[in-house]
Amino acid sequence: MTTPATSPRTLFEKIWHEHVVFEPHGQPPLLYIDLHLVHEVTSPQAFDGLRAAGRSVRRPGRTLVTVDHNVPTTPGHLPITDPIAARQMEALRRNCEEFGLALYDIDSPDQGIVHVIGPELGATQPGLTIVCGDSHTSTHGAFGALAFGIGTSEVEHVLATQCLPQQRPRTMEIRVNGLLPEGVTAKDLVLGIIGTIGTDGATGHVVEYTGNAVRSLSMEGRMTVCNMSIEAGARAGMVAPDEVTFAYLRGRRFSPSGAAWDKAVVRWSALRSDPGAHYDRLVEIDASSLAPFVTWGTNPGMVAPVTATVPDPAAASTAAERGAAERALAYMALAPGTAIEDISVDRVFIGSCTNSRIEDLRAAARVARGRKVNAKVRAMVVPGSQAVKREAEAEGLDQVFRDAGFEWRDSGCSMCLGMNPDVLQPGERCASTSNRNFEGRQGRGGRTHLVSPMMAAAAAIEGHFTDVRKWRF
Amino acid sequence: MKAFRAHTGLVVPLDRANVDTDQIIPKEFLKRIERTGFGEFLFHDWRRKPDRTLDPDFPLNQPRYAGASILVADRNFGCGSSREHAPWALEDFGFRAIIAPSFADIFANNCVKNGLLTVVLPEAQVAAIMKRAHETEGYRLTVDLEKLEVRDDSGFFASFTMEDFNRRCLLEGLDDIGLTLQHEAEIAAYEARRFGAR
Repeated sequence: MTTPATSPRTLFEKIWHEHVVFEPHGQPPLLYIDLHLVHEVTSPQAFDGLRAAGRSVRRPGRTLVTVDHNVPTTPGHLPITDPIAARQMEALRRNCEEFGLALYDIDSPDQGIVHVIGPELGATQPGLTIVCGDSHTSTHGAFGALAFGIGTSEVEHVLATQCLPQQRPRTMEIRVNGLLPEGVTAKDLVLGIIGTIGTDGATGHVVEYTGNAVRSLSMEGRMTVCNMSIEAGARAGMVAPDEVTFAYLRGRRFSPSGAAWDKAVVRWSALRSDPGAHYDRLVEIDASSLAPFVTWGTNPGMVAPVTATVPDPAAASTAAERGAAERALAYMALAPGTAIEDISVDRVFIGSCTNSRIEDLRAAARVARGRKVNAKVRAMVVPGSQAVKREAEAEGLDQVFRDAGFEWRDSGCSMCLGMNPDVLQPGERCASTSNRNFEGRQGRGGRTHLVSPMMAAAAAIEGHFTDVRKWRF
Repeated sequence: MKAFRAHTGLVVPLDRANVDTDQIIPKEFLKRIERTGFGEFLFHDWRRKPDRTLDPDFPLNQPRYAGASILVADRNFGCGSSREHAPWALEDFGFRAIIAPSFADIFANNCVKNGLLTVVLPEAQVAAIMKRAHETEGYRLTVDLEKLEVRDDSGFFASFTMEDFNRRCLLEGLDDIGLTLQHEAEIAAYEARRFGAR
């Protein structure tokens, strides 16, 4: 099963090989999990399972727990008006106490979206295997980790054993040549990729993103790209670690320090695909051909450049695609041929594990500075974590947003999936920096258009989509 | 875990591609802390109009498909969120098997853990089943995991494949956590090798 150490290996193969505990006869390899991230929504039934079987958590120190999906984003995360959400958060509290797990609770200065706090605490590191009961766990692959989402039964499996039986996935290289033009961001890059390969284009594969455009991205940008790997069906997304990665990690709470840091950097520097390493598939993308993108339909693959028009389903290549496009346009209340820039919005959401980090907020603030949110738009900025919030406030970004008429909120998943009170009303149209434009995702009957933070801020100001490349700052 | 060997049941067609887990079970129903009781919320926003009454056009609401236990859908079924609430809702509603040209990875994994069989068949065969389910009232299929076959009693036959370990887990209803725990010595040795003595 494993490739001999002498032949060229991909980044994925190196991490996989290092983590195979052993290969039982007639069973998939048993993979060791270095870091398990846990949140309130996908864990209660897993803890119940442990209790029912009389099992304990094998490695509490490798388990990082927070509340993010349900938390209100009103000041101080209060009040919690939903008794069922409160019960779920209380269950996590009790489970952490019973099983001896540290919890970054609602009142912790370290609370935040689990995929934001893992990296910012330095818990996410190159070469680790990381899982979480959340599909956007692929985010952590930005550090050269093998990180993937799992279901609740697997959450229980990892809690009990720190291992998962795993079939080895296939590999895919997505090589992004050239450089992204000004105003075209990591979000546009990943939307462009999904638009090209489709929402199941990477199913069964671990994707490694390579090429100049990827190397040139900040850690925040790489996290945005890896985050949305799952929207192309990928098992995981990865970027090999480099100086950008090391600079981000240096000095963080759980990062190694002193001599251990130097040793870690040597080890991490070897985590790159060898020349000539074999991937099962290769996709090449020309970064210079990309534009700011806006989704027009009900999955992230239904995407168009801001300068384009809403496509005509009649032009679809198959009957199934035509039907899907017709259904999506009916839900989105859009006519074929409408210029994307003529689509007006009621709401704007800047946040989520895709785009709520400090660099995302800086980009949005650059657009918002000295301008005003359109009178008919309600716009909201939700930092990904308490730490991001503090950093943004120290830079005065909160004031930029408030002055422009944006609401400045507390940290959480918020309107990305609307499990807390932040939801769209039926028929409302939203420019959102999140990751899914599925029907009803942000609230039943709500219409979501996925965009970058700059594009979202610009839409808030104009009241409709607009090409941010034409703006002067 | 519940075992699956073979099952014969009524087929309901859901002629849509990329059915995401947000549709299978919308987020407002993910706050329950139990594993059971999700069936009534299955496909909630498609089954129910905004006033919460049942939409008679949605296949699952049509009397001819009442009691269906085999769902047939188009490609990439179960994409999106990792929520295991999706298979819990399908299973709780009464489904035992889902047939589609492809499934999203995490969803398919979650189904195995819950004794729910996902059968991958080529698009043409899925289309043939879909057609029969539309045209023949009371259309039933047998999904046989021992023989790796899907068949009806009017001539439809297809074979499928499934990864050996998952097949065995389903056939025997194995507790896979228990299986991993049998390897405690190997796990401890691995930890000692990588992290040193504790």
